[in-house]
Amino acid sequence: MFSFLKKTSAPRGEPMVWFTGLGLALALLMVAGLLGVIFLNGFSVFTPKRVSLITLREGAEVPRVGRTIAAETVSTREKHDASRTRERLMFLGNKDLYGQAFAYVAESSILREEFPGNLLAVERVEYGNAIFIPSRLTAADGATLDASDPAFGPRLDELVDRANARRARLLSVERDGIGGINRELAQLEKRAEFLEKRVGTKEARANAAELRKAIATNKAEYAELAAEASRLRAELAAVATLSGTTADGRPVSHPVGDFIRVWRPNAMSFTERSALFFSRMWAFVSEEPREANTEGGVFPAIFGTLVMTLCMSLLVTPFGVLAAIYLREYARQGFFVRWVRICVNNLAGVPSIVFGIFGLGFFVYFLGGSIDSIFFSEDLSAGTPVFGTGGLLWASLTLAIMTLPVVIVATEEALAAVPRGIREASLALGASKWQTIRGVVLPAAAPGVLTGVILAMARGAGEVAPLMMVGVVKLAPSLPLDGVFPFLHADRKFMHLGFHIFDIGFQSPDSDAARPMVFATTLLLILVVIVLNLGAILLRNHLRNKYKTGAF
Amino acid sequence: MTTPTQAAESPRPDYIRVRDFSFNYGANRALHELNLDIPERRVTAFIGPSGCGKSTLLRNFNRMNDLVDGISHEGDITIGGASIYDPLLEVIELRKRVGMVFQKSNPFPKSIYENIAYGLRVSGNCGRSEMDQIVESSLRGAALWDEVKDRLHQSALGLSGGQQQRLCIARAIANRPEVLLMDEPCSALDPIATAKVEELIHQLKRDYTIVIVTHSMQQATRVSDRTAFFYLGKLIEYDTTEKIFMNPREKQTEDYISGRFG
Repeated sequence: MFSFLKKTSAPRGEPMVWFTGLGLALALLMVAGLLGVIFLNGFSVFTPKRVSLITLREGAEVPRVGRTIAAETVSTREKHDASRTRERLMFLGNKDLYGQAFAYVAESSILREEFPGNLLAVERVEYGNAIFIPSRLTAADGATLDASDPAFGPRLDELVDRANARRARLLSVERDGIGGINRELAQLEKRAEFLEKRVGTKEARANAAELRKAIATNKAEYAELAAEASRLRAELAAVATLSGTTADGRPVSHPVGDFIRVWRPNAMSFTERSALFFSRMWAFVSEEPREANTEGGVFPAIFGTLVMTLCMSLLVTPFGVLAAIYLREYARQGFFVRWVRICVNNLAGVPSIVFGIFGLGFFVYFLGGSIDSIFFSEDLSAGTPVFGTGGLLWASLTLAIMTLPVVIVATEEALAAVPRGIREASLALGASKWQTIRGVVLPAAAPGVLTGVILAMARGAGEVAPLMMVGVVKLAPSLPLDGVFPFLHADRKFMHLGFHIFDIGFQSPDSDAARPMVFATTLLLILVVIVLNLGAILLRNHLRNKYKTGAF
Repeated sequence: MTTPTQAAESPRPDYIRVRDFSFNYGANRALHELNLDIPERRVTAFIGPSGCGKSTLLRNFNRMNDLVDGISHEGDITIGGASIYDPLLEVIELRKRVGMVFQKSNPFPKSIYENIAYGLRVSGNCGRSEMDQIVESSLRGAALWDEVKDRLHQSALGLSGGQQQRLCIARAIANRPEVLLMDEPCSALDPIATAKVEELIHQLKRDYTIVIVTHSMQQATRVSDRTAFFYLGKLIEYDTTEKIFMNPREKQTEDYISGRFG
């Protein structure tokens, strides 16, 4: 086969070293390429781009916009038809005005391209970004400030900061204040109803009356908070109004209360650009999504991914370790154990969607349905199942079953690798088998067990298909872990980065707007997996040093 | 540990009695109808070529062979008058009474203190101060205290090979056993560490009945009072060490100790 070997003076087998090296190099190249694409595209979402003011040739109009447009260039491509003309995908903004935020412009139709410094870009709560030329700021009391005034810029920034602060207040009043009272009210109502209808004794009725009183005070409080919320909302609306004209000459007027951040895309220093970059990036990881997930951040998805993965690890580790201990240490090694081992390994090859369907059928419908019919019959009759619908607990359990083989196999290997000497030493000291396993064998095997957990975590964190059946949603109203008793809400639906990628990439109404978000979200998911793995690896190294089993 | 009153008595010559004892690994007979008495508070050495069954017999004294599948035995072994195969006897209790030191030092991947305390912890019911005291006395008993007293809570794996082996001896005597089994305890040690362990064996025989398996004739002559020579699963000769090495009765014994085979 390798006849050329005979002619060379190189030692035999050396070409195989090159082949193995080539294999590794290819693998590394592919990984690096994939990560590179994701990193570049992911970060480019946050980099501020210049906005060009383009005048098109006669007859080449952008529909609904006209011959003059102000837009960011998103990408350039060659048309796939015979003409082979190059065209640009342009981000126009002003979706409320134009009905579209993106447009393709043929490069040949561009007459003139400029980058005027007075263009203003605004990120808004609704309708995405606005791009226009500002002319005048009108305060609530009617005072105006012209855009040419040197005080205009700082004043606008100040007003935007104020709007953001008010919005944060409003959110806290609505969510924590009103939300908390709503929860309490629902609880009280439920208890009062239970006492009146189910118990029905005189005492119970009296207690129920007490509860009704509490409900009334809560309702008064609710009204107060609602009034504050509407006051804040009115304040927000009355911060100021910024008027101007778009590139195609239409007059616009935006309430500053809707602004999240403003910048002049063509007149920014390096520091301003970096500040904008980091503030956008921070917003992406710390804020909630807006506009059907195409705007805003992905914080709930990051949080959901982390909580779900940790719950899954906490569930899968004891299961897997116990099963592996029985298989390796107690079971008689024979046909049956071999057969079980083959089954466990085959389980690792079952498509994950099958686990999802199993989770839906067994956990959600059967277990959850039973729990609901026993403990939450009131909610069930109200049409709001508690555990009889997807949630954090069922999702974690489903993924725990899916990743169980990984943990079992890794733990078995780790147990087998524990030196015989220290087992014998423990037994010779009069320890029972279980004492030996717990006191000596498991600590020595812990690093190996953690390797399995790391693999399980990496697989679980990146899984999407089964989660869609058992608890992941496009938009969760609340986080699965918060400050309200019992803190970890195992019944709540949650968001997940993997599902988020699928959702914004394929289910979004505006795929052009969502595409960069897909990359940014992928980048985040990879980072989350890396962070989880690093944590587990650090723990493993710590254990490895602590329980180093070395002969002398 | 023997009580002072017992210690005052003269040692029983048949503390461990092996009677018509045969042992099989599956269909493979490893020991053939052995009969021997091992005296109390003396050092008895088992010598013989590899595979002669000396370790197998040793590992029967604390029933470590139970871990192997498919074993069977005939005959009986008694320690202190009680059969070790008594169905009422818990093997865990037996192993507390019969300590063992292995060929390869095998400290647990824990601190020095925890290594010694392990046996006490698994049997439970031992207070903190009592445990401290036993750890110290065991380390002193194994002549290791002065070397490790400042780093009791550091990993035992940081000790040298000889120290690790003495740690294993300390760990075994922390359980206050009656018998101490040593399976080639010095085979992986350098001469200085070996000398220390041998000196230790001399001291320990005041309190413990010691059975040692060794491949070194010199070691057997240095440490043991009585020596048993095994060959192919049979006990060829068993007598005082002096007699075995100076004036063996059997030709095979003479050949072996003079290095002509094995």
